[in-house]
Amino acid sequence: MRPSAARLLNILVPVKRSVDYAVKIRVNPQQTGVDLNVKHSMNPFDEIAVEEAVRLRERLKDGVKSIKAVTIGPPKASETLRTALAMGADSAIHVEIPESAPAPEPLGVAKALHALIQRGDGEGKVDLVIMGKQAIDDDAGQTGQMLAGLLGWGQATFASKVQVDVEKREAVVLREIDGGSEEIRCRLPLVVTTDLRLNEPRYASLPNIMKAKKKPIEKLTAADLGVDFTPRLETLKVTEPPVRVGGGKVESVDELVAKLKDAGFTAA
Amino acid sequence: MSFLFRRQHLAFISRCRPFSSVGRADVDYFRTFLPTHAILTTLPNDSGSVAPAELDVYNRDWMGKYTGRATTVVKPRSTEEVSKIVRWCNEYDIAIVPQGGNTGLVGGSIPVNDELILSLANMNKVRSFDPVSGILITDAGCILQELTDYIAPHNHIMPIDLGAKGSCQIGGNVATNAGGLRLLRYGSLHGSVLGLEVVLADGTVLDQLTALRKDNTGYDIKQLFIGAEGTLGIVTGVSILTPAAPQASNNVVLALPHFDNVLPLYRKVKRSLSEILSAFEFIDRTAYDLAVKHGQGRGLSDEDVAGAQCFVLVETSGGRREHDEEKLNDLLAELLDAENPLILSGVLSQNPAQFSSLWALREGVTEAISKEGKAYKYDISIPLDKFKVVVDATREHLAERNLIGEHAVKHVMGYGHVGDGNLHLNICAAEYTQEIQDALEPFVYELVASYRGSISAEHGIGAAKTHALHYSKDEVSIELMRKLKALFDPRGILNPKKILE
Repeated sequence: MRPSAARLLNILVPVKRSVDYAVKIRVNPQQTGVDLNVKHSMNPFDEIAVEEAVRLRERLKDGVKSIKAVTIGPPKASETLRTALAMGADSAIHVEIPESAPAPEPLGVAKALHALIQRGDGEGKVDLVIMGKQAIDDDAGQTGQMLAGLLGWGQATFASKVQVDVEKREAVVLREIDGGSEEIRCRLPLVVTTDLRLNEPRYASLPNIMKAKKKPIEKLTAADLGVDFTPRLETLKVTEPPVRVGGGKVESVDELVAKLKDAGFTAA
Repeated sequence: MSFLFRRQHLAFISRCRPFSSVGRADVDYFRTFLPTHAILTTLPNDSGSVAPAELDVYNRDWMGKYTGRATTVVKPRSTEEVSKIVRWCNEYDIAIVPQGGNTGLVGGSIPVNDELILSLANMNKVRSFDPVSGILITDAGCILQELTDYIAPHNHIMPIDLGAKGSCQIGGNVATNAGGLRLLRYGSLHGSVLGLEVVLADGTVLDQLTALRKDNTGYDIKQLFIGAEGTLGIVTGVSILTPAAPQASNNVVLALPHFDNVLPLYRKVKRSLSEILSAFEFIDRTAYDLAVKHGQGRGLSDEDVAGAQCFVLVETSGGRREHDEEKLNDLLAELLDAENPLILSGVLSQNPAQFSSLWALREGVTEAISKEGKAYKYDISIPLDKFKVVVDATREHLAERNLIGEHAVKHVMGYGHVGDGNLHLNICAAEYTQEIQDALEPFVYELVASYRGSISAEHGIGAAKTHALHYSKDEVSIELMRKLKALFDPRGILNPKKILE
């Protein structure tokens, strides 16, 4: 057997269970947050990340050794992992937090992922993290960058195209930037955060959903990883945007002009 | 003065045609109780008239298939105003076309000549909603989507849902007995409509706007107006029973190797899902491929559709997500693990976006066909086991006449509501031609009649299918329909030439 020089890729995909984007958001009466008793699903950017990992395997075939999904969240977040497994991840880790615990902040999440990556070594060592550029619930958009900083890895954020050369251990990533794109070449290991144009996630097919039920999910706690999810930020108040005031009908041009004047519009 | 003139004028006109055209005198009368913006007329008038183009949206249907020549549109705001208009028209022999959202598929809301268009659009107030019983009483001109939004905070939903929900009005839904996607679950409007307020042909207001689930006190007259397409009276108010909103919905698209598997699958799905089953829709391969080609929802992967002859969309709605998902997952596991599986593969929606995308594969077929070519549409009710027979027989019949190919008929396809026994047989052609038309009719109607089916399951008769009514209704029935029409509308001013020729 010919010895292979290149080490095969281990990909880690962090995913978050968040309020579904189609849900109409309602602020709770205490104005401390939003109503969470609504439909949740995988953060759309994370779905794109899972899809990209699966597509990398389809392109690189055996070049990808493993795709592991990880989530930090309450017991129900395991459903999100099942979706990732049904899409094509091989195994999953659930860092479970109590149902009533506040949502971890980006730094806490980055530290937990950092600890998780540090834990693996040798064959299981993570070479590539692909994650959403932000979660649509808190819109922080910081975790990927913080994780790369903690690890001392390169980062390719807002990716719209990812090409990986396993032999050379490098990736070429097209990034979305203001007014166009930027192509960068990075060495592995690497953190990639996904943007909307990267791909369109697949449906979970029934045979794959069934197979996903048999795939392993490892359960961990914050203590296992030696991290603390206590929030550093305090939410003072959450309010709805002001209600749009409806329009009215006018009977004549004169009336329209008069109303415009009343509203402070004048001809320049 | 002007009224006197109009009578003499009428005497002259009536010799050459059955109805009078709307004249200035009529518009002047309407102006005595309607505000300026509630009358659109192209007739020259002291108070100003509008350009003919402004009436296009009222004179044309959305498919661009039917065009009327109405000169005047009135948009009354109350039942009383409707009554005044109708009474006047009845007296002066002016024909009326009642119009809701104008989203019908058979030309029922478009004038055949220059009838007065009576739009219910300004009657758009909810009269009452009782969150305990779920009974909604509303003006006829309320848009279906707005009603859905109105009752949503009270955790209720409308018992009907159509592709046209953003434009169609509840009065039009009732007048056409619209079917749609929730019929399997909540039944037809004959069941959910509890009462109606109707302006009769002589202007009398029939007030049956009750909010009673049970009322066995003689003839149930309101039923006659449901599906009468505005030929017996003008629906101005509706009392409708709305069900509690399901707390969770799921859907799955299944790929089947043969059509023969659809019915065994339907039986199995009904038994396994029982009360949470809310839709069971069928799409044949041709319709599916067209929907995907024209970007109506994202298709399944090639691997999942390989060898599939048709697809089934199953939707569940229930009160508890965990319960529903468990049932659905058990069913899916059973279907996949069976020794001779009924399905090849399938996909289960993982979030609301995928839920909508899967529905779009089915709902978008209509639009995909219109992008592909010119559609001949047959909306038929036939026994479930005859769905494929009818599609195949139609295709063979066209092939025998050498009408299949890029030059004539590009696709023959079937899709529809299996749960309701309702097949949409669609023939997509390069152009509308007489040759294709002659090959299809009466062939399709005779085929449907041979299975004792209905030539119009949910679209109605309108102006499009009056000639074919006899395929689904025998002489005795049609004669009774004529007598009813004569009884309710002796002068025949209400939506003439619709349903009955």
